[in-house]
Amino acid sequence: MEVGLMRRQWIQYIEGLIHEGTLDGQYLQLLQLQDESNPTFVSEVVTLFFEDTEELLNKLRIAISQPPVDFKKIDDHVHQLKGSSSSIGALRVKNACIDFRSACEQQSPDWCSRCLQQVEQEFYGVKEKLSYLYAQLEKRILNAGGSIPADLSF
Amino acid sequence: METSSSSSSSSSSSSCMKWSCENGYQPHVLAVDDNLVDRKLVEKLLKNSSCKVTTAENGASALEFLGLLDEHNQHTNFEECSNRSKVNMIITDYCMPGMSGYELLKKIKRSSMMKEVPVVVVSSENVPTRINKCLEEGAEMFMLKPLKQSDVVKLKCHFMN
Repeated sequence: MEVGLMRRQWIQYIEGLIHEGTLDGQYLQLLQLQDESNPTFVSEVVTLFFEDTEELLNKLRIAISQPPVDFKKIDDHVHQLKGSSSSIGALRVKNACIDFRSACEQQSPDWCSRCLQQVEQEFYGVKEKLSYLYAQLEKRILNAGGSIPADLSF
Repeated sequence: METSSSSSSSSSSSSCMKWSCENGYQPHVLAVDDNLVDRKLVEKLLKNSSCKVTTAENGASALEFLGLLDEHNQHTNFEECSNRSKVNMIITDYCMPGMSGYELLKKIKRSSMMKEVPVVVVSSENVPTRINKCLEEGAEMFMLKPLKQSDVVKLKCHFMN
């Protein structure tokens, strides 16, 4: 397969993620920061996000399962996750965090549990989709000596 | 979206950026944020604008870098004096555990050594009372996260010449 086609398939894949609301414009902003000197900047930062979030989710699972529930602590963790998901353009994760913060405010353990499940679902969803993007679509472009598109105008 | 205490003119941005590039001017920015992902991003944005960057994950390490930890004796050691004399701007997140960005701002603005250094406060939340109190305490600007490259270009032009 020639590089031009690989790049077009990459663009279509990203377009799809944006269209379905998994990613938002912030991801496109990140792509503009990437260049030849650092062609994997975005996948590196997003990988950090994945690792960071796994830790946060662990802390959240522990905090929710230990009565009395410390809603302030949970809210702090969710605030962190909302921030980092927003920074990388993971729109659904961010929105799930917004709901979660409302649940914390209401100090409802049941609502918080449901919100945690929703956050996990959205997180593992975006993680799977972006992992595929990096491991398959981006890797083959870079291996073929091509560059990942930076300026996408939708 | 941003809120600033001074009016800005976008026409000055491109000529200002050109001047900076031609002179190879590399301002040194101290960026403070407890969130790892945000630290990486702000570092990249700043480096893309030819800034030298030091990051800190909390207010205490920021103050330590600047040699301001000990309020009564701010002439600490040579390294810290040299650190703070090179810093052209400080960007700090507002919401941080322990010392908030607001508290860090206050300590910087109340220090004899660093009060002239521009401090920009960033936040993911648009809270007018929060913005006002930062501006009143001497923050040059309050900006919303996530920051864009154009935000950093603007900061460089206004505060790092």
